[in-house]
Amino acid sequence: MNAFEQTVAGEQISGPPSQTDYLLDRSFRGLATVCAWLILIVVGLILWKIGAKAVPAISEYQLGFLTGTTWDVNKQVYGILPEIWGTLYSSILALIIGGFFGITMAIFLTQDFLPPRIALVFRTIIELLAAIPSVVYGLWGIYVVIPFVRPIADWLNAEFGWIPFFSTTLSGPGMLPAALVLSIMILPTIAAVSQDALRMVPYRIKEAAYGLGANRWEVILKVMLSTASTGIFGSLVLGFGRALGETMALAMLIGNSNQLSLSLFSPGNTLAALLALNFPEAGQHEIPVLMYAALVLLLITFVVNMAGTAIMTMTSKQLKAGR
Amino acid sequence: MNIQDSFHPEQEIAKEAPCLQRSLLEGRSITNILLTGIAWLAAIIASVPLISVLYGLIVKGGHRLSLEVFTELPPAGFEEGGGFGNAIVGTLVTVGFGAVISIPIGFLAAIFLAELEPDGKVAYVARFCAKTLTGLPSILAGVFAYAVVVLATGTYSAPAAGVALALLMLPTVVLTAEGAMRMVPSKMKAAAYGIGCTRSQVIWKIVLPTALPGVLTGVMLAIARAAGETAPLLFTALFSNYWFVENGTAHVMEPIASLSVLIYNFAGMPYENQIELAWTASLVLVMMVLLFNILARVLGRKKV
Repeated sequence: MNAFEQTVAGEQISGPPSQTDYLLDRSFRGLATVCAWLILIVVGLILWKIGAKAVPAISEYQLGFLTGTTWDVNKQVYGILPEIWGTLYSSILALIIGGFFGITMAIFLTQDFLPPRIALVFRTIIELLAAIPSVVYGLWGIYVVIPFVRPIADWLNAEFGWIPFFSTTLSGPGMLPAALVLSIMILPTIAAVSQDALRMVPYRIKEAAYGLGANRWEVILKVMLSTASTGIFGSLVLGFGRALGETMALAMLIGNSNQLSLSLFSPGNTLAALLALNFPEAGQHEIPVLMYAALVLLLITFVVNMAGTAIMTMTSKQLKAGR
Repeated sequence: MNIQDSFHPEQEIAKEAPCLQRSLLEGRSITNILLTGIAWLAAIIASVPLISVLYGLIVKGGHRLSLEVFTELPPAGFEEGGGFGNAIVGTLVTVGFGAVISIPIGFLAAIFLAELEPDGKVAYVARFCAKTLTGLPSILAGVFAYAVVVLATGTYSAPAAGVALALLMLPTVVLTAEGAMRMVPSKMKAAAYGIGCTRSQVIWKIVLPTALPGVLTGVMLAIARAAGETAPLLFTALFSNYWFVENGTAHVMEPIASLSVLIYNFAGMPYENQIELAWTASLVLVMMVLLFNILARVLGRKKV
């Protein structure tokens, strides 16, 4: 070994990755890959585990489970039609209310109505609404919303009782307070996603409309909303998905009564609330039945959420291509 | 060519100058003003619930706030006083289990999605699955943890609750971490590759330090969400009237208390004392959640 080689070997500052480096690199990348696969596996596992546990109930009750209207543990008769109805009814009501306020908020915040500071206040309000846990909304619903809505509901029932929506009195928990609280809970989702959709509309389209002499709301209604319509629709679908799966506030406010009613004031039940209430005390025989109900809820929400995600992916691609 | 030759203003422009003034009495102006009014009204109405919730929390929950509620155990039926110290500990423990499970997996998966194979089929499907998981009803996370952990171990426990919460935290961690890593300028990475770094070295020494604030934001948001969850805990953690650590031993494989389940249980009770405690517990829970949200925001402000 000559002097030159000695100095290089002694004060080596660079060199090819060592065997250890290669090994670490490979194993780290392998680990990351495994974790990415884990996400796929988890989704599959959820479907498989809940599905497998539901199999005994599926083979016993088959599709009659979906159209049955009684839930009687003692007689072992189970049906979830009232719950499916309650889930859809409360979510649609919430979507109408939350959708109107959410989209209006999104327009309000993106179309230069407000100086930046006041816009920040409203933006913070929406973010705070999203941050409040659903059980707190449930508590607030019981002690604030129900006492507030009750006189109005009873008056409507007395005066307009012939309209099917007002055909019962509100005796405490019921569909209307549940849907009101639910609409507050999905408002942030709708507002946030719609805001993104409105922001993605290229500025020059809006400028062109103003240039033609349109006033602000003409621009908003005829140009902005129609350009961003797919994204806004996506926000509604995602909000609907949230509403379908929301549990605690509904379990506390909807009344948990197994009935099918068009009345806004009658108590009802939802799939998620059914699970929350019956699972902790379920017997051996009831668990597969509840798993069946869980599977139904899972499939409904997965379909709705996948549709929402697909719409959002589509819009962002479209608008990027249009730019 | 001279422009003036072909331009005859007296022919092109109408005799009377067009009215460029907008009349406020015109139909479209009235609609405009009306709709602006409706938008203001809607924004104000949408803010009322938040103000009402916060008012309720401060007024009804505030006056019971004392050292006692943090150190005492939950009261039984007719008992006066009491607190929810064990529930605060329980919330921290269950969220801790959730974080320990979801953060490493989410973090490594995000590295795969952002750095290793961002455009591959696996990444595409994984991203889609993560987005679908954000919409997973929290009660179903509980059902899953019940089927996988509770039935297998034969007991309600903090780890079972942790699995349920991890499922809900995972998509937030993955998607925000991926977003943050994608913001790292490719020049920095190219420079690192240029001096001979392996991919892992680039990821550990360049991408992660740069993307760390964003990654932590996602983690904080996930923790904030998990701390407020109730539905997944109902039949994974159940509830307990005792401390998690008693006489020096931790009761890991036993039911565990949590703030959110305590609120749920006490809200439906006919006793004034319990209802008051439910409000106070809500106030504490909302403060905890907001604290993590604020942390997320402070961390996220340091832009890459």
